[in-house]
Amino acid sequence: MASSSSQAAARPFHLTQSPRWVSLLWIGLALGFLFVVVILPLVAVFSQAFGKGVGAFVAAIAAPETVASIKLTLLTAALVVPFNTVFGLSAAWLLVKFTFPGKKLLLTLVDLPFSVSPVISGLVFVLLFGRMGWFGPFLRAHHLQVLFSTPGIVLATAFVTFPFVAREVLPILQASGNSEEEAALTLGAGGWRIFLRVTLPKIKWGVLYGVILCNARAMGEFGAVSVVSGHIRGLTNTMPLQVEILYNEYDFVGAFAVASLLVFLAVLTLIGKKLVERRQGRPAVGAKP
Amino acid sequence: MGEHTSKISEGRAGTPARAGFWPGPLPGFRLTLGFTIACVSLVVILPLSALAVKSAGLSFAEFWQVISSPRALASYKLSFGGALVAAFINAVAGVLLAWVLVRYRFPGRAIVDALIDLPLALPTAVAGVALTAIYAKNGIVGGFLEAHGISVAFTKVGVILAMVFVGLPFAVRTVQPVLMDLDGQVEEAAAVLGASRLTTFRKIILPVLLPPLAAGFALAFARAVGEYGSVVFISGNLPLETEIVPLLIVNKLEQFKYAHATSLAMVMLAGSFLTLLAVNFLQARKGRSHG
Repeated sequence: MASSSSQAAARPFHLTQSPRWVSLLWIGLALGFLFVVVILPLVAVFSQAFGKGVGAFVAAIAAPETVASIKLTLLTAALVVPFNTVFGLSAAWLLVKFTFPGKKLLLTLVDLPFSVSPVISGLVFVLLFGRMGWFGPFLRAHHLQVLFSTPGIVLATAFVTFPFVAREVLPILQASGNSEEEAALTLGAGGWRIFLRVTLPKIKWGVLYGVILCNARAMGEFGAVSVVSGHIRGLTNTMPLQVEILYNEYDFVGAFAVASLLVFLAVLTLIGKKLVERRQGRPAVGAKP
Repeated sequence: MGEHTSKISEGRAGTPARAGFWPGPLPGFRLTLGFTIACVSLVVILPLSALAVKSAGLSFAEFWQVISSPRALASYKLSFGGALVAAFINAVAGVLLAWVLVRYRFPGRAIVDALIDLPLALPTAVAGVALTAIYAKNGIVGGFLEAHGISVAFTKVGVILAMVFVGLPFAVRTVQPVLMDLDGQVEEAAAVLGASRLTTFRKIILPVLLPPLAAGFALAFARAVGEYGSVVFISGNLPLETEIVPLLIVNKLEQFKYAHATSLAMVMLAGSFLTLLAVNFLQARKGRSHG
C-alpha cells in the first residue's frame, strides 16, 4: 500500500533515472577502461622514473645531453608559439571580420596540418631542404644547414602546430560579433587601437587556450621532428627524441625521467586548460579541431 | 604572392567576380590578408607542393610498383584496418564515458573529465614508451595477459591499443556536448508512455548521438591512421606484420628513397583527405538537423 502510493507520487523524472546498480555498472566500466588505457601509463612513467631512487632520477635529468634536449625544446616552443599566435590572430581577424572570395579555401589550408600525418609533415621539409630537395643546392652553396639542425626542427614544429591558435580564436571571435568594433570605428579609433582595446579583451581567454594547446604540441611533437632532426646527440634531440634514444639504449631510468618531465608538462597543460574553460564558462569541448 | 592571391580568389567556383569589391567596414583587411596568406604560403602551401611535385617525378609504373608492393599493402592494411578497429572501440568507449560524465555524479568526476584530454596533451613518444612498459611481457598488465596466452606488445593488438589511446578524446568530446544538450523531457515522455530504459536509449537517445558519434569516429580514425610516436614503440616494427605506413615512410627516408617515401605519403594523404571529406559531410548534416 505504502509503496504503491509513493510510486504514484513519484515524478516521471524518476522514470528516466537508471537503477543504482546500472549506474554503478556504467561508472565502473568507464573508469575501468580509462584506468587501463590512460591512467596506468601515467603511473608506469613515474614508477619507472623513480624505480632506482630519487638520486638516479636527478642524475638522469642532469645528464648533459638531456639538459641540451630540454634547452632545444624550450627554444623551439619559444620561437614557434609566438609566431603561431600572431598568425592565428591575423587569420582569425581576416576570416571573421571580412567577406571575400576564397575564404573557405583559405580556412581549409589553415586546417590542413591537422589532417597530415606527423611523419609526412617532416617528410615535406626533407623534400624542401634535403640534399636533393628544392633548396638543397642553394643551401649547400651558402653553407647553410636547415635539415638536421635547429631551423628544420622549428619549421617542422611550426607546421604541425600551425592551426592551433587560429582554430581556438576563430569561433570565439565569430561569437563576439562586430558591433563593438564598429562602434569604436565610428568613434574614431584606428585599427590597432580597436584590436588592442576592444577585441583583445574579449578574446583573451580563447587566445590563451590556443596558446596552451599549441605549446603542449610544440614541446611534445615527435613524428615530424624525428624525421627532420637527424638525431644528433646533444645537438638536435628535443625531449621526446631524447626519450626515444634513451629508451632504445635500455636506459629506462633516463628515458622515463625525461618522460616524467613531459608528463608534468601535460598535467600543467590540462590544469591550465581547465582553468581557462572555467573562466570562459564553457563545458570542455577542446578536442574538436 | 600575387600568384597565390589570384589562386585563392578563384577558389570558390561559381562566385561571380564583383566590381568594386568591399570586404567590410573594419580596418586591417589588407594587412591581415597579406600576412595570413604569406604565412599559409610559406608554412603550408610551399611544403605540401614539394610533396606533389616530388611524387610526380616517378613514372606511373614506378609509382604503382612502390605503392602496391606486398610490404606497402600489408602496412595499409594495418594502418587503415587497425585505425578502423580502434575508432570503433573509441566510439563505444566514447559514448560510455560521455554518458557517465554527463549523467552521473561521482567523486573525482572533474578529474576524470580532465583526464579524457590527456592523450591530446601527452607527447606521443611518452605514451608509446609508457604503454610498452605496461603491456610488454615484463610489464604489470602484459605479464598477466601473457600468462593467459595474450600478447599485446609487439603485436597488432598493441598497435590498436596505442591507436585507441590517441583517438579517445575525439570520440568523447564530440558526443559529450550533444548529450549535455539533450532534452530530458523527450526521455520522460518515452518513459511515461511505457518504454523501457533500453528502448528509450535505442529509439530516443542513440539517433541523436549518431551524427556526432560518426564525426568522432572519423576524427579518431584520421588521428589513428597518421599516428606514429605512440605506435612505433609498442608495435615492434616487423615488416609485413606490425609495420604501419608512417613507419614504412620513415624507413624509405632512412634509405634516401625520397620518391618512394613521397609516393606512400600520397596514398596516406588521399586516405586522410577522404576521411576529412566524410567528417565535413557529417558535420554539415548535423548542422542541418539542428536547424
